[in-house]
Amino acid sequence: MPQRPLSPHLSVYRMFRYTLFTSFANRITGLVLSIGLLVLVYWLMAVASGAAAYTRAIGILSLPIFKLFYRVLLLAFSYHLVAGVRHLIWDTGHGLERNQSKRSAWIVGTVSVLLMIGFLYWAFCPGVHQS
Amino acid sequence: MSLRSPLGKVLGAGSAKEGVHHWWLQRLTSIALVPLTIWFVVSLLSLPSFEHVTLVTWMAQSWTALLLVLFILVATWHSQLGVRVVVEDYVHGGSKTLTLVLITFIHAVVAAAGIFAVLKVAFGGAA
Repeated sequence: MPQRPLSPHLSVYRMFRYTLFTSFANRITGLVLSIGLLVLVYWLMAVASGAAAYTRAIGILSLPIFKLFYRVLLLAFSYHLVAGVRHLIWDTGHGLERNQSKRSAWIVGTVSVLLMIGFLYWAFCPGVHQS
Repeated sequence: MSLRSPLGKVLGAGSAKEGVHHWWLQRLTSIALVPLTIWFVVSLLSLPSFEHVTLVTWMAQSWTALLLVLFILVATWHSQLGVRVVVEDYVHGGSKTLTLVLITFIHAVVAAAGIFAVLKVAFGGAA
């Protein structure tokens, strides 16, 4: 293969520009959610396999590593959802000016953090939900 | 000035009309996933418990089963399109094709298994 620089040029980008960060975060959260799909389907298959199989699967799915993963999933979902809507708005041709995109990056960050706090509170706070 | 190559002209080769196919499907699935994922997360968090009997009752409801099937189908599709782009960007050489094949197979299995599981429960197979 010819030794040309390959896109995306990770070695020449300035890594903490907001444009790169929001885009990169969208990819990472997307990948995390893809792994989440694997866990979801394992869980659904366990439900379909009957009560005994489900109890065994829950033993695995209740491990601390999975409990941590569910929190990461809620974070990833919150971000990917809001950042995805930003992309859809861009696709209509709106919000592409630099100042608009800078502002929408802040909106995405703020809204996704608020969403995540809401989900985490709902999912894991004792008294709100018993899981 | 034409951007077409002489060889392309002689062969009569033109656009395969698939240039925006991937892009369009990624957008289409994104739009569908906005309501589907919100429904899924809210429903999951609204469940009174995660005991087997609760889940079976939940999944056996017609609307739940239908929305779950749609959610799994569209989510795995969207995931496949997205992971594919990541692989195309970062994996090079011979392992790229192999990775793409694996990614596609895994997504197909995940989609089939998820839909199968929901339908099995919905039709009373896990009671």
